[in-house]
Amino acid sequence: MDKNISFKLRYWRQNGPKDKGHFDEREMKDIPGDTSFLEMLDILNEELVSEGKEPFVFDHDCREGICGMCSLYINGTPHGKTASGATTCQLYMRRFKDGDVITVEPWRSAGFPVIKDCMVDRTAFDKIIQAGGYVTVRTGQPQDANAILIPKQDADEAMDCASCIGCGACVAACKNGSAMLFVSSKVSQLALLPQGRPEAARRAKAMIAKMDELGFGNCTNTRACEAVCPKCESISNIARLNREFIKAKLAD
Amino acid sequence: MWLCDSSIGRKVVMSVTGIALILFLTFHASMNLVALFSAEGYNMICEFLGANWYAVAATLGLAALVAIHIIYAFWLTIQNYRARGKDRYDVTDKPAKVEWASQNMLVLGIIVVLGMILHLWNFWYNMMFAELIGDPTLGGLEATNGYGYIVKTFSCPIYTGLYIIWLAAIWFHLTHGFWSAMQTLGWSGKVWFERWRCIGNAYTTILVLMFMAVALYFSFCGGRLCDAACDAPCETVCNTVCNGDCSTCDASCNAACGGCEVSACGACCQ
Amino acid sequence: MTKIIDSKIPEGPVAEKWTNYKAHQKLVNPANKRRLDIIVVGTGLAGASAAASLGEMGFRVFNFCIQDSPRRAHSIAAQGGINAAKNYQNDGDSVYRLFYDTVKGGDYRAREANVYRLAEVSNNIIDQCVAQGVPFAREYGGMLANRSFGGAQVSRTFYAKGQTGQQLLLGAYSALSCQVNAGTVKLYTRYEMMELVIIDGRARGIIARNLVTGKLERFAAHAVVIATGGYGNAYFLSTNAMGCNCSAAMQCYRKGAYFANPAYVQIHPTCIPVHGDKQSKLTLMSESLRNDGRIWVPKKEEDAKKLQAGQIKGSDIPEEDRDYYLERRYPAFGNLVPRDVASRAAKERCDAGFGVNNTGLAVFLDFSESINRLGIDIVRQRYGNLFDMYEEITDVNPGELAKEINGVKYYNPMMIYPAIHYTMGGIWVDYELQTSIKGLFAIGECNFSDHGANRLGASALMQGLADGYFVLPYTIQNYLADQITVPRFSIDLPEFAEAEKKVNDLIDHLMNIKGKKSVDSIHKELGHIMWEYVGMGRTAEGLKTGLAKLKEVRKEFETQLFIPGSKEGVNVELEKALRLNDFITMGELVAYDALNREESCGGHFREEYQTEEGEAKRDDENFFYVACWEYQGSDDKAPVLYKEPLVYEAIKVQTRNYKS
Repeated sequence: MDKNISFKLRYWRQNGPKDKGHFDEREMKDIPGDTSFLEMLDILNEELVSEGKEPFVFDHDCREGICGMCSLYINGTPHGKTASGATTCQLYMRRFKDGDVITVEPWRSAGFPVIKDCMVDRTAFDKIIQAGGYVTVRTGQPQDANAILIPKQDADEAMDCASCIGCGACVAACKNGSAMLFVSSKVSQLALLPQGRPEAARRAKAMIAKMDELGFGNCTNTRACEAVCPKCESISNIARLNREFIKAKLAD
Repeated sequence: MWLCDSSIGRKVVMSVTGIALILFLTFHASMNLVALFSAEGYNMICEFLGANWYAVAATLGLAALVAIHIIYAFWLTIQNYRARGKDRYDVTDKPAKVEWASQNMLVLGIIVVLGMILHLWNFWYNMMFAELIGDPTLGGLEATNGYGYIVKTFSCPIYTGLYIIWLAAIWFHLTHGFWSAMQTLGWSGKVWFERWRCIGNAYTTILVLMFMAVALYFSFCGGRLCDAACDAPCETVCNTVCNGDCSTCDASCNAACGGCEVSACGACCQ
Repeated sequence: MTKIIDSKIPEGPVAEKWTNYKAHQKLVNPANKRRLDIIVVGTGLAGASAAASLGEMGFRVFNFCIQDSPRRAHSIAAQGGINAAKNYQNDGDSVYRLFYDTVKGGDYRAREANVYRLAEVSNNIIDQCVAQGVPFAREYGGMLANRSFGGAQVSRTFYAKGQTGQQLLLGAYSALSCQVNAGTVKLYTRYEMMELVIIDGRARGIIARNLVTGKLERFAAHAVVIATGGYGNAYFLSTNAMGCNCSAAMQCYRKGAYFANPAYVQIHPTCIPVHGDKQSKLTLMSESLRNDGRIWVPKKEEDAKKLQAGQIKGSDIPEEDRDYYLERRYPAFGNLVPRDVASRAAKERCDAGFGVNNTGLAVFLDFSESINRLGIDIVRQRYGNLFDMYEEITDVNPGELAKEINGVKYYNPMMIYPAIHYTMGGIWVDYELQTSIKGLFAIGECNFSDHGANRLGASALMQGLADGYFVLPYTIQNYLADQITVPRFSIDLPEFAEAEKKVNDLIDHLMNIKGKKSVDSIHKELGHIMWEYVGMGRTAEGLKTGLAKLKEVRKEFETQLFIPGSKEGVNVELEKALRLNDFITMGELVAYDALNREESCGGHFREEYQTEEGEAKRDDENFFYVACWEYQGSDDKAPVLYKEPLVYEAIKVQTRNYKS
């Protein structure tokens, strides 16, 4: 059913954040269409190692599109052009044609310095969450789960916001290197639920302050983030974050 | 101050100033339309908006809005450029739903500013500025003769071309700017996002068409009227320009008629 | 064997043990908590929840993970849900019933007291998670929704779309983040534990490798908690994430912690079948699909042959020629039998020649009946994301109408096959979750405890969070209460230096083999042997062959391994090699235990021990114990077995029956 394809792979090599970096090129031969993109890179690495060379380094883990670890910028699109907007690991080689040139780059943003090759440092996202992306609740004996009634619609919407996997594709795609979609998804999730309301103002302010401090850019509503988000987070979250933030500041 | 030191605050400033400028444009466009119907009416407005204290104060306010909008634009752009990092992508592929305008607001803004400078030179300099420095005929016509300056400006096809480019840039700038401002102010969501976009596009298009109508009317219709039925319009022109006293108006009438044949115009004035 | 394994189960009836324990355990007062340090390795459900809870109590916590963020831990991939005995559906659920189902599902090889405690705290978990803002699915009235799951006759599974694990992990991660912000937890990401440091017989620290710089660093604490997950990746192909490894557990094992029941490996029945030899990873389709999907193979062997040759498609076979073998064999539970039963039944059909893809190793999971009954919209609402995922991977859309035969609409069926998914075995722990090394605790999948020989669906999340939120934070105090006078340890102690040197030597050794084979190629060989000889159907002979082959793999690893680059900086090949070193040891351990356990129970199936109908045949007389394996100082020596006898007071041990 699936044909094998051959193509030229250009992949980014960079030894640490200060290194200048360059592309390496390689002709990949007879890759089955059922191979996932990351499996194709496994094949590349197997070849490199067998030649005594260092493998191409990239982040990946669950390979089920949920952990958010994989982060490759393929042919000008974060995660590559998958069918339903998924992560790199869910991209299959049948989406490419024989003779294609495939360019693989890391997320490029000041907020995500390169560690090696296409592995980037996304601890900035953790720091933003640590600034306020939670409901402060002690482990112990909160009230019964059904004591808080939440309309299905709100619960579903909060769930959509909570689907964010923190991969950073939004930042990678944004010409401003802005992390607003990421931040707004978390703020929205908790703003939509009654549990999150008491801290809503504090949360929005703290997370935005941290985001700004870490050098992410200002959102100019280009919607590039939304277009590449593997979990289809909507920029309506950003509007909600803006609302929460402005309300909080005006109340001060 | 959160309007300076937070990213959303800075964007709020952009949005509020942007919306204020859109409102000003709405006023301006409505005023321009008067010129299509009545030269006297138009000039009355010009007189009203001359070097009176309230008009000067409004102008200063407007200038402040523009300045803030521009300063913040550059500030945000520099920050965003830095946030992007040193390395650029080798290959980029813009997703279909990303509007071209949204990624080129600064470039569009610069075109708008250049157009604005031209516009100020063509009109404001000759009108309000002329009155302010006490030289009402600085531009060759009476400072309150806005109609005359419209006719004069659009008699030159180069100006018309530049104004059309300018208006196109404004259209692009506003179609994005309108919903973007609502989004930034948080007055948006899944439903309202599409509504604002629709409203914004319609509003901006109407606005730009209003401006465009005046420019095109005076570029093309203005000239043709002089040719085909010179008397009536030129008379109107002359009347407006020199209050019916044809003896003094020769020179200015010719200038005002611009593209008209001098003889035809001269004839009606005499 | 002379050693007595003390599981420290408290006195009293099973329902009162945990209450009694908590009432009488020693506690640490708040002022003293600040002076006690705890290392938690791993940031999955168990690790993150434990680190957050301990930090919140006032202990100083150091938390480690190998990924770039705690949120990447593999708990995130659990799709289906989490069980709790809330009885919100009014279908007769209770703590006892959840306890009973779990013990029965585990084929009577779990420790009663632990399981009861698990069932007891299950309700707190739901309350806790809801309070944290986990967006569980709800009904229109605003109440929490439930779904049913394999191995139970009640609907007790709470879920958040198909991403329950993700949402629960993000809940724990947010609690952890809150504590990091408060300064009680210090987080170390991209750090891998390399060695356990023992001082005077107690776990007092770890050596960890900074995966970015490659440097080894020393960390001291009063207690060490490992929450590093299971060892499924010893099989190379599994549903585990690529980074999942058993190295931390193996380090503890080599230091003397018993490893319990390694043979209990769960094979998940609904994975996407293997497509080729370049495959790196198997993708799990949520077990919840079995709620509305029907599993079948063709009745006629010639149809199977045609399917294998690619001449016909599943939708070409009409209803009357389909063999819904689970419904046929297990009328009471049908497609919802426990995972081990479903997996073996699939293997049995495929071994008999009824496999439905080109490799002959796949069965159909069909939604035609549900779609015809409920309509495509409702089915898509329930499983849409899984359908999309399946389509992306295989290019087949299970929601697409394929054919109409005699007025019956047939939709494209999915193809599924069992794959390694979860490991019930793990580091042996007592009731307090303490290992056989004092001061070393193991929680989550990493310990052996609560699932017995087989884990029911939606129970892993429950156990991870129960351990992390509600059990360990109490029981660890019982240990720490008499440690309050022990000052912080210096990392310059000779024990630390020695442990670091050992790791350094190992790294140098591996780097200097300079053979010809990549880590992955050897890992694949290991995986093939494990799947072939130590997989779903085991025999004494096969296990012996497997053990011999594992020795060869070890030798090959020792002589043929090639790692490019240097030990400084990022070196993923070195990371993988270090993990593979432990996977080989782990593989052998699984084989030893499987060989020893001459019975079939849960995830462990010995072909010699089955009923005439092909069902697992337990031997309660001889194997009613937890097998605890002790390391003998070298990977070349066979481990020694100790037995912790199981004592059942509340439940009568029976033959598992899912037929009626």
